[in-house]
Amino acid sequence: MSRLLRQPMIVAGGVLLVAVIVASAAAPWLVAADPIKPVFGQRLQPPRGLGGAAGHPLGTDNLGRDILARLLYGGRISLVLAASAVALAAGAGVVIGLAAGLVGGRLDALVMRLADVQLAFPVIMLAIAIVAVVGTSPAALVSVLALSGWVLYARTVRAAVLTIRRLDYVEAARTLGAGDLRVVAVHILPNTLAPILVLGSSQFATMVLLESGLSFLGLGLQPPQPSWGLMLAEGRDYLSNAWWLATVPGIAISLVVLGANLLGDGLRDLLDPRLRQ
Amino acid sequence: MRSYLVTRIWQSAVTLVGVSILVFVILRVVPGDPAKMLLPEGAPQSAVDELNRHLGLREPLWVQYGIFLRSVVRGDFGQSFQYRSPALRVVVERVPATIQLALTAMALTVLVGVSIGIVAAVRQGSAYDYAGTVLAVLGQSLPNFWLGIMLMLLFGVTLRWLPTSGFHGWQSLVLPSVTLAAFPTALVARLTRSSLLEILGQEYIRTGRAKGLGEPRVVLRHALKNATIPLLTVLGLQIGTLLGGAVITESIFAWPGMGKLVVDAIFFRDFPVVQTILILSATIFVVINLFVDLLYTVIDPRIRYG
Repeated sequence: MSRLLRQPMIVAGGVLLVAVIVASAAAPWLVAADPIKPVFGQRLQPPRGLGGAAGHPLGTDNLGRDILARLLYGGRISLVLAASAVALAAGAGVVIGLAAGLVGGRLDALVMRLADVQLAFPVIMLAIAIVAVVGTSPAALVSVLALSGWVLYARTVRAAVLTIRRLDYVEAARTLGAGDLRVVAVHILPNTLAPILVLGSSQFATMVLLESGLSFLGLGLQPPQPSWGLMLAEGRDYLSNAWWLATVPGIAISLVVLGANLLGDGLRDLLDPRLRQ
Repeated sequence: MRSYLVTRIWQSAVTLVGVSILVFVILRVVPGDPAKMLLPEGAPQSAVDELNRHLGLREPLWVQYGIFLRSVVRGDFGQSFQYRSPALRVVVERVPATIQLALTAMALTVLVGVSIGIVAAVRQGSAYDYAGTVLAVLGQSLPNFWLGIMLMLLFGVTLRWLPTSGFHGWQSLVLPSVTLAAFPTALVARLTRSSLLEILGQEYIRTGRAKGLGEPRVVLRHALKNATIPLLTVLGLQIGTLLGGAVITESIFAWPGMGKLVVDAIFFRDFPVVQTILILSATIFVVINLFVDLLYTVIDPRIRYG
């Protein structure tokens, strides 16, 4: 733990992420305004400090909704979607990677070719095509994101299985009568935990970007939901007279992505013995 | 050499078949009734029947796939309903604009990314290194759709230096290509820095310095040359990032390429165009990465004979 706290990147990334998560989770207690109901009398008010009213610290949008409220409630949705997608991708990827590594042969070849096919599509195009067919429900969105993310875990876990299963101590465990399942649970999985953790935190950044990118294009969350990508898209039409509409949600996305990237990089430096001094 | 070539070409062919199966599953099997999707809304029953017969939609799935694959190989991707002409022609007309954007972004990525990486590695721990790292972290964290809008706000709306949309001369290329290049540039800068640092610590570099080679020669001729393989690999994989990023960048700047076309096609439910773009972009990606792998054998003789 103390080693963890001496890594400036992990601390900075962690603090950023925790701050955004706590603020989003506490949205109903932090802001009184409704994130969805339009208030037409208060359209396009600037943030406080730029001539805006105290009631709306970050101003209001084209429908008079409080931007801070939309930002915090939007954070809840974006963060939960991204986290679910990472969990689903990691779960599926780990199982597939374990199976490919342990069973080998045809299953392994099939999984590796599937991974190649998956990587041949730009993620966003694949996501666009699937969303176009199955619709834009949050469940569809999470599945699409997870589908784009499993390959990394499967490859990592498979490579780890192939290396670790040949090590002496695993041979020793087998000689002592440990079955496949025990070898996996006790000897192989714990050794893949570090890279999975690193991948997961970097991928959280990618998922937030993808989800907001899809919502920005109109293929993710739908209005009037408060979503960061959607807020950006709506703000684009008001660049010349209300620039804060598009600026504020972009800063929120950047902070989360920056936090997750820093955390991922820091964890990699910490957990990868080759990089450790 | 021969066996490496054959294996890579074979793998690429298998991947392309996999690509066609995936597109087939997404656009023909998942929707349930593809005829409704592949025809404009309100198409008469006779047209539905005709398409069912043409695509063999009453046949078993593997027969349907065979028909699908045969027409794809012949370049018949169906009719675009938005443009009322063959989908392939509609897409191919948009390809040059995307290539122009992607190549400019790729050139920026290599020039700026590699330069930042070299300076950061050679002056490790200096202010340049620090600034380069900050730039790289920012480049990887700013969403490209936001960066695009902010550049538009600054250089288009406020300063009025550059056009914010459309396709008129080199000025219109500046903002979209910078937007598209930001992420891969950051990646390349970090990769160049870390590979160079690793190589600069090796014995043969010390030998080079010991025998009196100047620092530029050591870095550019001896160290950078050995950093090219990981760089090429990453650049090859960035083709995917560029094609995907083009979807968003082209939509922001109304750039008339494939990326904007695919988004428009989704909203028009123009699925023949969607399937053409999916297959075309995956094919471009696979072919370029095959080419990159073949380039290795030219650059690194160990791969040729290994």
